Amino acid sequence: MRREVPVFVAGAIGVLVIVEYFFNVPTLRSWSTEIQNWAVIISAFALGLGAFGLARNHTARVVQKKPDSFNSVLLLATLAVTTVSGVISRTDKTFLFIFENAITPLGSAFYAMVAFFVASSAYRAFRARSVEAVMFLLAGTIVMLGRAPIGEMIWKQFPVITEWIMKYPNLAGMRGFQIGVAVGVIGVGLRVLLGIDRSYLGGEA
Amino acid sequence: MVAGRATSFVILVFIFAAILYNMQRAKTRLPQMRRIAGLDAIEEAVGRATEMGRPVFFTPGMGDVTTSTASETFAALEMMSYTAQFTARNDTGLIVGVAIANVYPLSEQVVEQAYLQSGRPDAYHEDMVRFLSPTQFAYASACMGIIEREKVASTIMAGRFLAEAMLLAEVSSQVGAISIAGTGSEYQLPFFIAACDYTLLGEELLAAGAYLAKDPVRLGSLAGQDWSKLLALVMVVIGAIMVTFNPKPPLLDLLKK
Repeated sequence: MRREVPVFVAGAIGVLVIVEYFFNVPTLRSWSTEIQNWAVIISAFALGLGAFGLARNHTARVVQKKPDSFNSVLLLATLAVTTVSGVISRTDKTFLFIFENAITPLGSAFYAMVAFFVASSAYRAFRARSVEAVMFLLAGTIVMLGRAPIGEMIWKQFPVITEWIMKYPNLAGMRGFQIGVAVGVIGVGLRVLLGIDRSYLGGEA
Repeated sequence: MVAGRATSFVILVFIFAAILYNMQRAKTRLPQMRRIAGLDAIEEAVGRATEMGRPVFFTPGMGDVTTSTASETFAALEMMSYTAQFTARNDTGLIVGVAIANVYPLSEQVVEQAYLQSGRPDAYHEDMVRFLSPTQFAYASACMGIIEREKVASTIMAGRFLAEAMLLAEVSSQVGAISIAGTGSEYQLPFFIAACDYTLLGEELLAAGAYLAKDPVRLGSLAGQDWSKLLALVMVVIGAIMVTFNPKPPLLDLLKK
């Protein structure tokens, strides 16, 4: 029963939402909206559970005096201050200060790092070890030159070839990939709704 | 019927029918499966971690189970269960980094149950599954920190990833970890292909549950999916021919209904 009931509930709700998507049935629409509201409420509880788990893990690290436990102290302090100030008011000065002066700039800094990581990764990936790698290298080099102003200065055809690569081989590959993913998504959805894939309940993979 | 969804409904019914028929068929005749290197490599990744005495890091990405990324997340949970069974049997460390709150209790359940099924409930501890942050780059920095500090031997990234994909894959490479990644995001996949040792391309990730279970019924569902892809291929070819001769073929209006 511990497995059957959740599988039945997931299956019934899944079928209801699918039917509501395709057919105009006002009763099903109101049920579907209500169920989606429940999902939002459950997600809010899950976030609380996640925050509790995070606090529990880091408290244990501090108590056990693990290496770098200073980071855990900092995390717990920030978690407490942000939670309290956010609960008081979402326009609270401390809350906004943390958001605008810590979270946003740190996020931007991390995003900026992606460019350097792409460069070091491309250096490894662009080694011509096989036919596929050579094609990857050629396409990558042409597209880079076609998109950078210097490419057009070197040869006027670089942007034209780049446009062709992006419009035909790249788009065709992408569409094939998307069709495969779409069919795969339906396959996983059906297996989950039928209770065949149920490792999310702790079943066998 | 809601306007504009009739064709989608017919196609969905065909795909459901193809999958269900092949599931039945597989009970008597097992379909042939090609090897998926990325999924076969999980055993190698855990084995390497065991030999090196270092942990395996697994993350199911930033996909939720209540959005359009649910299928990828469920597939990631299947891979997580399989990985956890290996780490339990080999007595190897496992760290699961979770970004999305809804996925956190599911991941805990999956890992705990995998250790129980492998006869090692004592080896499971709460610190294995860590909720990191639903904020994209806070999650990325937490994952990168774990990979760096714990010097993980293997990294498995499966599910929906955004711009953090490149950061995680590259840090794994820098610490010398073997990396396996899979996603259904066409924009992040090239980064994984460039930076990881093994990559699961979209549908390969979504086939993980069926492939790893080696269960005839689940494998049959993959054969049904192949029938659906064949239908898509035929429709693409017919569509290309029709549009070549007539830019606005009458069939196009029918498909829009």
